[in-house]
Amino acid sequence: MLEVASLKVRYGAIEAVRGLDLDVASGEIHVILGANGAGKSSTLAGISGLVPSQGQVTFKGEDISALPPERIARMGIGLIPEGRRIFASLTVAENLLLGGAEHATPTERRKRADEMRERFPILQERSGQKAGLLSGGEQQMLAIARALMARPQLLLMDEPSLGLAPQMVEAVFDFIVELKAEGLTILLVEQNVPMSLDIADHALVLAQGHASYRGTAADVAASDAARGAYLGH
Amino acid sequence: MEIFIQQTINALSLGGIYALLALGLAVVFSIVRLINFAHGEVMTVTGYGMWFVLLLNLPVLVAIAVGIVSAVVIAVAMERVAFRQMRGADVTTLLITSFAVSQIIQVLFQNGISARPVAVVLPDWLTASVMLGPVRVGMASILSILVVGAALIALRGILTRTVTGIAMRAASEDFAVVQLMGISANRVIATAFAVSGALAGVAAVLWVATRGSVDPLMGATPVLKAFIATVIGGLGSLGGAVVGGFVLGAVEVYLQAFLPEAALPYRDAISLSIIVAILVLKPDGLLPERTSRRS
Repeated sequence: MLEVASLKVRYGAIEAVRGLDLDVASGEIHVILGANGAGKSSTLAGISGLVPSQGQVTFKGEDISALPPERIARMGIGLIPEGRRIFASLTVAENLLLGGAEHATPTERRKRADEMRERFPILQERSGQKAGLLSGGEQQMLAIARALMARPQLLLMDEPSLGLAPQMVEAVFDFIVELKAEGLTILLVEQNVPMSLDIADHALVLAQGHASYRGTAADVAASDAARGAYLGH
Repeated sequence: MEIFIQQTINALSLGGIYALLALGLAVVFSIVRLINFAHGEVMTVTGYGMWFVLLLNLPVLVAIAVGIVSAVVIAVAMERVAFRQMRGADVTTLLITSFAVSQIIQVLFQNGISARPVAVVLPDWLTASVMLGPVRVGMASILSILVVGAALIALRGILTRTVTGIAMRAASEDFAVVQLMGISANRVIATAFAVSGALAGVAAVLWVATRGSVDPLMGATPVLKAFIATVIGGLGSLGGAVVGGFVLGAVEVYLQAFLPEAALPYRDAISLSIIVAILVLKPDGLLPERTSRRS
């Protein structure tokens, strides 16, 4: 579904991603592991068009390398950014609305928002409140719901468990599995190695902007090399 | 007491004009980090638009409509021609670009029409004064207060009830994520400029109504005042821009009315000192923008 060939992302003199190849198959959970600064977030930012990148990114057979982020989003790729980045000064309902703004008619948007509130009852309770008042876990739920409002086919998730209480982490991972069961393809960036390998089909270990190891999640889980790279050795 | 009421009405009407201009600056600044000093030239364009329509002997309402529409058109055109090419540039580059746009438009009017003021004669009912109880007030002041109130309500409606308006508020917080929602950056920014142009157009109509003439440098002073107002309120904060506009209007009008005659030449110095004092006490302005912006 998504093919990435020799992707390079550079910030000034720093090359965060140095020629990465990646294939994400339809319907799978593909996880990218790696130490801080290995280029995980930059990979997602490059794919979604948030930062300029070199190399070729193909989605459902179409070259999206040169498209602006809004066009890529409209083609069916959703990104839940690191740190959630919900709109804190907007209400929960307004955050949801923007998620579906370009993807659905007003009636359809309301229907989807209702579904999201049903799925995440906390969003129903807090619908009229400023999103900045939600707890970290609730904000993560909102960030996920906001991305789902667009009904993406491919969801890029950047460290969705970061900074959450253990219970919430489990809820987030359960939810990712649920999304996969519904047919969504997921490219996940995570620090939580055991839990993400547990739910993933394929895994890629990044070190210094390169793929240092890749394989099925089970392969990677069994591999010492992968563990070493993750720890930054 | 009557004088005080009269001056309060004047303060509200002048402050309201500053508020509209300051809001226009703030709407754009909150999204693209541009302090648009060519905002004054949007006013000038409105003024000449009205002047032209009145030359043709068309009704004043047509002149007002044409004036406001030309303000929207020129504001959007500025973005399309000049500022879009500079998107993402640092604040200084954007600021200098806006000075260039401002200069170009001023020179075009100086050479194309005249460097001297041209009269925009408005009907008597607009410039008449009426008795409001025991107080005599200018019709223009009353209209100005009503129009500013209506414009503020309309803007609030746009920002809270339309998708693009909500996206504009979101963009002032985190533009990149707005794009991740599939929302077009160009559309959000163009709408911000259109809104800012409409506000400047309304302000210009009220400004011209009290002065009766237009000249190429007409917008320079009000846009400077509007900039001061946005700083008082907190740069980038929309509520702050409104508050700042009214504070500045009140300070100016009351000083003008109640300063002893010998001190009047120093009015602007005194009013700016008061502003500086406010900023010493509240360095981020009265209602600072409360977002942790990402770069």
